Amino acid sequence: MLDSHAQTDRIAEILQAHQGLEGPLLPILHAIQESFGYIPEAAVPQIAKALMLSKAEVHGVISFYHDFRNKPSGRHVLKLCRAEACQTVGADAVADRIRRALGIDWHETTPDGRVTLEPVFCLGLCACGPAAMVDGRLVGRVDEGVLAEVAK
Amino acid sequence: MKLYVPLDSAAVALGADRIAQAIRDEAAARGVAVEIIRNGSRGMVWLEPLVEVVTDAGRIGFGPMTPADVPGLFGDLASHPRALGLVEDLPWMKGQTRLTFARVGVIDPLSLDDYRAHGGLAGLERARGMSKAEIVAEVTESGLRGRGGAGFPTGIKWKTVSEAPGAQKYIVCNADEGDSATFADRMLMEGDPFCLIEGMAIAGLACGASKGYVYLRSEYPVAIRIMREAVRIARAAGILGPEFDMEIRVGAGAYVCGEETSLLNSLEGKRGIVRAKPPLPALQGFLGRPTVVNNVISLASVPVIMARGAAFYKDFGLGRSRGTIPLQIAGNVRFGGLYECAFGLTLGQIVNEIGGGTASGRPVKAVQVGGPLGAWFPPALFDTPFGYEEFGAQDGLIGHAGLTVADDTVDMLQMARFAMEFCAIESCGKCTPCRIGSTRGVETIDRLARGDASALPILTDLCNTMKFGSLCALGGFTPYPVLSALTHFPDDFARAKEAAE
Ligand SMILES: Cc1cc2nc3c(=O)[nH]c(=O)nc-3n(C[C@H](O)[C@H](O)[C@H](O)COP(=O)(O)O)c2cc1C
Ligand code: SF4
Ligand code: FES
Ligand code: FES
Repeated sequence: MLDSHAQTDRIAEILQAHQGLEGPLLPILHAIQESFGYIPEAAVPQIAKALMLSKAEVHGVISFYHDFRNKPSGRHVLKLCRAEACQTVGADAVADRIRRALGIDWHETTPDGRVTLEPVFCLGLCACGPAAMVDGRLVGRVDEGVLAEVAK
Repeated sequence: MKLYVPLDSAAVALGADRIAQAIRDEAAARGVAVEIIRNGSRGMVWLEPLVEVVTDAGRIGFGPMTPADVPGLFGDLASHPRALGLVEDLPWMKGQTRLTFARVGVIDPLSLDDYRAHGGLAGLERARGMSKAEIVAEVTESGLRGRGGAGFPTGIKWKTVSEAPGAQKYIVCNADEGDSATFADRMLMEGDPFCLIEGMAIAGLACGASKGYVYLRSEYPVAIRIMREAVRIARAAGILGPEFDMEIRVGAGAYVCGEETSLLNSLEGKRGIVRAKPPLPALQGFLGRPTVVNNVISLASVPVIMARGAAFYKDFGLGRSRGTIPLQIAGNVRFGGLYECAFGLTLGQIVNEIGGGTASGRPVKAVQVGGPLGAWFPPALFDTPFGYEEFGAQDGLIGHAGLTVADDTVDMLQMARFAMEFCAIESCGKCTPCRIGSTRGVETIDRLARGDASALPILTDLCNTMKFGSLCALGGFTPYPVLSALTHFPDDFARAKEAAE
């Protein structure tokens, strides 16, 4: 992990790179999360100052959106679609088995920090569900076999 | 040897990248030169990954492909076990009227030359020779209505923005596509990104807007990559520039941000809370300035309307639903995918003839049309023609034209519960009926599931409160799936009672 100086510098760089955009906050938050894997608490006052917002406003935005996390995820992120079309082809049963195998519930990370399980509502793969995303990679007709990809 | 292997998300999710690599490896081992074009999908998802080999006779399809089927592509094609024949001649392709999706799956999505060779940019060129009012009139005359769900006439929205005073106006494309069973926006952006860019540039001319944004959901990494690349290419080619330029912005996982005013707040960097209307976004939209907010398919249908004329487009369709609609057939269905045709097919034709019934082979029990806020239809209503008014008359909606097919193992009480749960998870929190009502809805349905029939009037009351007391359609339309489940499948609610007794 970066030390706090390096972190401050990197965030300053990101803020700099987004100058001149109309409505820059979401692109900034995405860039920070891409850099660090989450939005560090210390980023909030830095962003607030640069965009002339209150810290509460920046917090409010971060907490509103499902994508932004305030702590690191596991080494792998497994997203399973929970929406209707995937339900009609057995998504609930697959999710139940995966949750049991991992011993965690939605939004949780295995104690060994290996995998974080997230629900997602539609990946646009509704004609080849159940759908999943493993570390950003799309998977159709998913079953427990996907666990092999997050085994290490 | 020239081949097409889709880069479309659904194809990739079913292994298209592995197939492309296997083809490269096999070709290298055999010392054969191959050109692999990564195209969009033809929309036959059950055949993905669908590889096409270019021959003198045309493009021959092979699918669904596995890596083991790859070596055979270098032998006698006719005897290949996955050979489907000429893709153009497959019944699924021949039955369609592909206007908006004419190029999707056909061309190299990132080749401007390919785009031009297949009729691209003709609409924009024609628009450049017309006045703002003439372009608006042409789009109005075509009868095009918003494909994002509400079905508002696109030309009338443009007219408001075009005539609004203001030095800076915007074209915002709604590519949030959060509804389950929908993927038309994704397929269009992945398979023909220049078509959306052209549609937005025409909207810019018509409205006097020099800046555009595409608000694209983060769940679509492939579409984000292709759209960004296409914008860069279009800018380098001078299609985008000082007159009209655009940016791709990525959403952050909030369903409600597909609602246009919530989307505008999100684009401004705020919480995606829904705004009260008026003011209309057309007059006070992004940063308080006149703004067109249109769905991807609405905008991507404009180039063909401008190129071939309003009358050509308007000639297709039924009643007040003019032109074509890309149906997205999903869920437990044998032939799932995207099928573009004129409005007017019956629901039964779509589900049974085009979709081929369920994938499980069991009877169809219910079809949800229009995403999580759409009603569930029983087979008894399969004679309903696909059109805005026709579905409205059956207490349903067509929304973004997604259909979720479910077989007889589906428990409609659970689907009703899910609708309420989804609303509770995704509510922006602004109004009580939506925020609190949906959570009460889940609890009430749980009471029904335990056999407490006294919860039934409470549920219908709650639905009425949500219908009439919500600011936007998230809270306002969640009663559609709930009440339709209750009305058409009362046994599933009574069975719970019997089980308890
Ligand atoms: C909760 C909610 C979600 C919506 N999601 C979308 C969406 O993902 N895409 C879309 O185009 N319209 C969506 N809409 C409809 C938009 O508010 C708006 O009507 C549409 O973008 C207008 O474009 P159109 O006239 O081209 O359809 C949604 C509406 C609501 C209430
Ligand atoms: S109905 Fe729900 S989502 Fe819509 S404005 Fe009200 S609280 Fe927000
Ligand atoms: S419903 Fe699961 S991918 Fe669309
Ligand atoms: S993003 Fe809408 S409530 Fe979480």
